[in-house]
Amino acid sequence: MTTTTEYGYNSKVEGEVIVSKADAVINWVRRHSVWPMPMGLACCAIELMAAGGSRFDISRFGMEVMRFSPRQSDCMIVAGTVTYKMAQVVRRIYDQMAEPKWVVAMGACASTGGMYRSYATLQGVDRIVPVDVYISGCPPRPEALLDGMMRLQDKIKTESSTRTLLRNRPVRDLTFQKK
Amino acid sequence: MKTILEAHPYLIERESADWPAFNCPQDRLMDCLQSLQEEHGFDFLADLTAIDHFDAQPRFEVVYQLFSTERHEYLRIATPCGGDPDPVCPSVVPLWKTANWHEREAYDMFGIEFSGHPDLRRILMWDGYPYHPLRKEFPLAGKEVEFPDEGLREATGKTVLPAPMMGGPFHASQTGSMAKREPRADDESWNEARDRADIQDEENLPPRELRDKH
Repeated sequence: MTTTTEYGYNSKVEGEVIVSKADAVINWVRRHSVWPMPMGLACCAIELMAAGGSRFDISRFGMEVMRFSPRQSDCMIVAGTVTYKMAQVVRRIYDQMAEPKWVVAMGACASTGGMYRSYATLQGVDRIVPVDVYISGCPPRPEALLDGMMRLQDKIKTESSTRTLLRNRPVRDLTFQKK
Repeated sequence: MKTILEAHPYLIERESADWPAFNCPQDRLMDCLQSLQEEHGFDFLADLTAIDHFDAQPRFEVVYQLFSTERHEYLRIATPCGGDPDPVCPSVVPLWKTANWHEREAYDMFGIEFSGHPDLRRILMWDGYPYHPLRKEFPLAGKEVEFPDEGLREATGKTVLPAPMMGGPFHASQTGSMAKREPRADDESWNEARDRADIQDEENLPPRELRDKH
């Protein structure tokens, strides 16, 4: 005669209630639905697209919903060379994203300016936006991107989610209009 | 090419490694190019660019690469541009529409004012950038200027800085072993590889696949 044993949540014993911490639940939700804003600027964007394809399948981590609107995205993946002319656009899109938000600098160019040591290239996107994860490579393979995104998930896990909700942020008047 | 020289005796032959090339005085430039387009069949302006000779006079030259789609021939016309630091050249947009963006690029990079251009704005650098980056006196790393956007300036408090060159510029040697031919910086004092004996000796050794057999 076989017996079955139920592990974990048992609705007969515990009813319809699960007791947990708010941070744990909120971070669990956030961690598994990181919607990226694909800031594809150069060849790294091709690898980013490959990561979205079936072979590498970024949807295994809940990140397949590439949102081209900053209002609907959580994580900006800066994939490619950021020129000074483009820098203002990157910053504006970052400012338009709703909290909570994260930034991944994908590849050598976005991290440090890469091989473009010149008058026209921003030497690292961290000069204009706060970066959470840097991914090395020129361009990084999709596995490297997935690894970076999983590290971002680990980072989200350790964050205090309520603190970011209640944080009193200074309101900046960002006028990106041409004078 | 003889017919062109007969029709335009003021053209002076110019040193060239491939296609026929002529120097043209700037006051005859528009007549010359119009005639080349209409009478000699050079209906396509393949490229338009500029040269900075720095200490020579006149300092700037504008170069036109013409192509005939009927006879499949190239022709290069160069014209000197007087005026430093504000060289002037007539615009050829009325002849070839494609010259529009080429002239904007030459204006952006060299600061050549093309008189008669319908829309002479910068095309690569942002509006209001104070320098012309391809001029000889401009460093590759760039110069410190303000960010183009006021919002970005206020939000970050940063400026456009010269890029770190880390001993560069980088050159690839045309001779020596493959290991030595990869691009290297002029000044590699920051690079610990220079002190490592195994890398120093690399080029004196036989190729790696032969070495492993011993």
